[in-house]
Amino acid sequence: MSTSITGRSAVDELPGPDGRGPLHGDGAGTGRLGDRLFGGAATASGIFVIALVTLVGVFLVAQAIPALQADQASFLTSREWATAGAEPRFGIVDLLWATVVTAVIAMAIAVPLGVAIALFITQYAPAWLSRPAAATIDLLAAVPSIVFGFWGLTIAGQYFEPVATVIDRALGWIPFFAQPEDGPSAKSTLAFAGVILAIMVLPIVTAISREVFAQVPTAHKEGALALGATQWEMIRTAVLPFGKPGVISAAMLGLGRALGETLAVTILLSSLNDGAAFSSSIFSGGATFASKIALGIQEANTATSTGALIAAGLVLFVLTFVVNAIARVVIERRKAFSE
Amino acid sequence: MKTLRFGQLASIALVGSIALAGCGSDNNSGSGTTAGAGSSSAASDCFTGTLNAEGSSAQKNAFEEAAASYKAACTGAQVNYNPTGSGAGIKQFIAGQVDFAGSDSALKTEEKDGVVETDAAAAFCGSPAWNIPMVTGPIAIAFNVKGVDSLTLTPAVAADIFTGKITTWNDPKIAAVNSGVSLPSTAIKVFFRSDESGTTENFTKYLAAASDGGWTAEPAKKWTGKGEGKEKSAGVAEGVKSTDGGITYVEWSYAKDNDLGVAKIDNGGGAVELTGETVGKAVEAAKPDGEGNDLRLKLDYATKEADAYPILLVTYEVVCSKNKDAQKGKDIKSFLKHFASSDVQKSLEEIGYAPLPSSVQTKVEAAIEALS
Repeated sequence: MSTSITGRSAVDELPGPDGRGPLHGDGAGTGRLGDRLFGGAATASGIFVIALVTLVGVFLVAQAIPALQADQASFLTSREWATAGAEPRFGIVDLLWATVVTAVIAMAIAVPLGVAIALFITQYAPAWLSRPAAATIDLLAAVPSIVFGFWGLTIAGQYFEPVATVIDRALGWIPFFAQPEDGPSAKSTLAFAGVILAIMVLPIVTAISREVFAQVPTAHKEGALALGATQWEMIRTAVLPFGKPGVISAAMLGLGRALGETLAVTILLSSLNDGAAFSSSIFSGGATFASKIALGIQEANTATSTGALIAAGLVLFVLTFVVNAIARVVIERRKAFSE
Repeated sequence: MKTLRFGQLASIALVGSIALAGCGSDNNSGSGTTAGAGSSSAASDCFTGTLNAEGSSAQKNAFEEAAASYKAACTGAQVNYNPTGSGAGIKQFIAGQVDFAGSDSALKTEEKDGVVETDAAAAFCGSPAWNIPMVTGPIAIAFNVKGVDSLTLTPAVAADIFTGKITTWNDPKIAAVNSGVSLPSTAIKVFFRSDESGTTENFTKYLAAASDGGWTAEPAKKWTGKGEGKEKSAGVAEGVKSTDGGITYVEWSYAKDNDLGVAKIDNGGGAVELTGETVGKAVEAAKPDGEGNDLRLKLDYATKEADAYPILLVTYEVVCSKNKDAQKGKDIKSFLKHFASSDVQKSLEEIGYAPLPSSVQTKVEAAIEALS
């Protein structure tokens, strides 16, 4: 059976009898105004969004280049961030580290949890429960990020303290999980920022996974059950393989959000003072690309300081782009396997 | 889709309730807004229309208070303030985007990044631009140490704390200036502003000037000491509040609102508590640094005068001495007159600012009178 995740059958992709591509009109009605208007509007929208992304890229590059030229330190390998004065020195190592660590923590929590929630809603929950449950999860997506940040800082943060202690005790021998001596309180660490990001990413992962799992053909599921599979085995052999590309694209969308999230992270994270030694611990503070830009942009009043922040933004732009590109490749390959 | 509709409804309800909650807690800084309304001299020369100003966020609350009471006295007048930061405000002023700027430092007379602000402003105005001191905001050294209500710091000890040389509260250096206070062995947790801020700049200016070499870094908007960075004044205040052993520098109002301890400062003339009067005394002691009605002040951070609280910032209103648009000039004059009036100045103390001392206020009023 060859269905893609969109549920479109493979027949649709075969050329028509007279050599035209699939899903094309037969051309008999060309010249009708409605057709032209709609086609034109759709094309214009497509071009518009491509142009928009390109222009954002051009803007970032154009603004960043003068600052990068003035940079006295290596932009890619320096940990400093001093943009004032005639000899600015700035680099992105710390920002990249904090951004990637928080996003990875967020994904490590949100993807398994989101998939589990989606499986519960589509496979386990009785019909009367699945709709309200889905709506509740969707509701999470509507909460403004600053609310998550503030909630984390004032309420949830204190309960993370014992969690951090437990992790430190169990896994503290790995530097990545060790609580530094003079580190910030647990609610201001990369780890907790990652947890809050996970909650923010959760609805995205859940919603898309749910849509995909709901589309698993009943024939697949019943086939598995008929062969004697238990419910878990049915999910493992029929639902999960079918949903994999969808889950991956959900994770990538979520990752994009986690990488770029600004307000909540800015509120939560404690930044390090100048000259603080690099710490590889998730219980250290720091600043992500987005939070650094948010913190610096208000008082950035020289071309260099603004340019440095924009250069950081450019790296974030490229990072997100790369992540999305990888996701595309993965999905394409998966698709090839499943068909 | 039913699920979707339910989600939308619920989310609207949720967002609505959050917005309402926001309103409820946001108003504490605006209490006493009507003080001075009606009784002020500005009521006689009201204007109708809009004035736009932009700049330092340090004077935002004071400005809004003054604008609200002005509006109450003068229906039809609207004064807007956009707290984007001093640098941005001056830039917009020079570009003619706003009618006047608020800044926590006077226009710079030496070249920075290829621009001499005084000259650029004068070129735009076609007349000299004046810096008129309007709002004085004391910076508190706020602390939260269990069992310690009263704390005195000398600039040298403060510098050692903020550079991480002193790490526990019972350090002999702190004990030496706090006889009779039992200090715990709690670790000192310094919080600093992780965003670039005029408060940081003024506080480090104070440390550099008064600590006798204890603070060596160049004063700047970006923190160069030790500690843990938090976003904005609200962030550092929250950090100290939730951390035993925490200390930070923050505008007075935030220390008050969060019930934090405020350290007395001993510059050498005895311990000085932070009050409206002690701040006024320090402003009075500042030397005028400009010519005529350009009232830029040179604060003496190291002042040893008794009862003068030395850590403060003065925010200026930066205006054209002669506005190209005569009507605008009149409008600005009318509003600033109201802002500088003693009623309004007095009402600022409730929200964490200090009123201009009368000797400075007289000069400010004379300068405003000379505007056109």
